[in-house]
Amino acid sequence: MSYAIEAEGLVKRFGSTLALDGVDLAVPTGKILGVLGPNGAGKTTAVRVLATLLRADEGWARVGGYDVVKDATAVRGVIGLTGQYASIDEDLSGTENLVLIGKLLGLSKAAAKARAAELLAKFELSDAASRSIKTYSGGMRRRADLAASLVGRPDVLYLDEPTTGLDPHSRNEVWGTVRALVDDGVTVLLTTQYLEEADQLADLITVIDHGKVIATGTPHELKRRTGGQSLQVRPTLAVDVPAVAGILRDLTDTEPLVDADNGVLSVPVDNPLLLSTLVRRLDEVGITADELALRLPSLDEVFLTLTGHTAPVHEGSLA
Amino acid sequence: MTTATPPLTHVGPGLAVRHGLALAGRAIIKIRKNPESLLDVTLQPIIFLLLFVYLFGGALQGSSDAYLQVLLPGLMVQNIAFASLGTGMALNTDITKGVFDRFRSMPIARSAPLIGAVLGDVVRFVTTLTVLFVVATIMGFRVQTDPGRFLIAIALMIAFGLCLCWVSVFVGMLVKSPQAVPGTLVAFVFPLTFGSNVFVSSSTMPGWLQAWVDINPVTHLTNAGRGLLLGGDWVGDAAWAFLWAIAIAAVFFPLALRAYRRRVG
Ligand SMILES: Nc1ncnc2c1ncn2[C@@H]1O[C@H](COP(=O)(O)OP(=O)(O)OP(=O)(O)O)[C@@H](O)[C@H]1O
Ligand SMILES: [Mg+2]
Repeated sequence: MSYAIEAEGLVKRFGSTLALDGVDLAVPTGKILGVLGPNGAGKTTAVRVLATLLRADEGWARVGGYDVVKDATAVRGVIGLTGQYASIDEDLSGTENLVLIGKLLGLSKAAAKARAAELLAKFELSDAASRSIKTYSGGMRRRADLAASLVGRPDVLYLDEPTTGLDPHSRNEVWGTVRALVDDGVTVLLTTQYLEEADQLADLITVIDHGKVIATGTPHELKRRTGGQSLQVRPTLAVDVPAVAGILRDLTDTEPLVDADNGVLSVPVDNPLLLSTLVRRLDEVGITADELALRLPSLDEVFLTLTGHTAPVHEGSLA
Repeated sequence: MTTATPPLTHVGPGLAVRHGLALAGRAIIKIRKNPESLLDVTLQPIIFLLLFVYLFGGALQGSSDAYLQVLLPGLMVQNIAFASLGTGMALNTDITKGVFDRFRSMPIARSAPLIGAVLGDVVRFVTTLTVLFVVATIMGFRVQTDPGRFLIAIALMIAFGLCLCWVSVFVGMLVKSPQAVPGTLVAFVFPLTFGSNVFVSSSTMPGWLQAWVDINPVTHLTNAGRGLLLGGDWVGDAAWAFLWAIAIAAVFFPLALRAYRRRVG
């Protein structure tokens, strides 16, 4: 497997703060890595090191095969960056920002304008294209910022909390864009505080806290590693709930939890084969179910287990 | 999206200038949107002009009219020097903004943002010269030579300003806050512009001061300006001023670049 991003032993100190304490990362080409961590974990610092904006005190990193220190210019040629804080010019309009970036990347004036128009349209900013960024809403700024990082058709894209402050619609748009980019072969490293975002988008998740990687793996692996599974059933008819509860109790020797709002019963299990047994038992008594699944714990539970504190949930969070 | 183009390993000087020009374009758009950012290069020259001509003109040259003729070329030089202070200040503010992170994450020359800031300041220089010239003309100033020499004078002064800018950029990269730039540089620009023949002839000054005034590039450029606008020799003084400007840039461009690198990594 080839890796678009590789880093080993990254250490970064700010005075007495140890922002990165030996971070290892590896993102296979064409995949999405979600870097998950609470405030101050070191996510932005890691992104800045990988984007050549900051030099690590120790360790090394290669992006697109180039060393971030020795071949910084080559690295800059393959990356796109959407920083946590708006990295576009407030005084310029959306078009002016994107055209400037196009020109800096060597496009002719006409080509830069065409690319700007194309990206602004893609991010539904055409109507605001000629207005100063100052007049944009928070979500529009994030989208303009994302558009700006795509002007150069990067092979590797860094997105530092790309959807913080976005409404659900815009968030879905950004997710869609990220998926489309990955379909085109782009490698994405995205930091997020939203577990749902990492779960939805990432092929791999690295959880960091206090500058250290505390877990890494696919979302599925992380969930499996940190907690048991649960069996969830929703009978089609609410009157069947007590009967189903009886079957579950019988199978697992545990009293199932019943969610009165949606009529879902759930019970922890350690044997996945119980699922087929349950199906058979329901069949025998003629009960049908709308939903029947073996569930892994949510990433929220994973996060709690790993870091010892709950995931920071912000206002407007979907997580 | 994988590109087959070979990696960019080094950004040469040609590209640096091209990137610098694109970033100068950004500076100009910003001025167009915030014209009040030009206040320092419009208001101050007018005040200087009115103050010196009407306050000192009679005493120094017998009449305000006569003083205006000799003062204007020197005031143009002085205001260019003051306008160059703005570069370091603006850059100091600019590098703390997120957009600078974007520039730094792109494969552009390290020096490009600096070159862009300095080239963008041509607008400020042209503005300050235009304001001075228009107000002086209303007050009675007349060019005694031809348009060709007038343009040479303007070009020389702008070139001087472009070289002097690097001092300001250097200081701008060293100090923490933008406000500290003019504070620090006043100690440099005041002796440079007042310790010259802009306002008075050096003949009444003590010997040590005369020695400084006689080698001061502002003096040479003022002499060249007077020659070019009012008639008389100018080539020798212009050459001296030009050499000075090149020397200043040769020292301060590398210093500024190094300070910038240290500042932004
Ligand atoms: N320039 C700096 N100077 C001093 N300390 C810094 C600097 N940048 C980051 N830090 C510190 O390093 C630690 C990691 O910060 P970082 O910004 O990487 O966290 P983060 O995971 O991105 O957090 P958030 O979710 O809040 O964005 C924090 O303790 C922060 O205070
Ligand atoms: Mg951050």
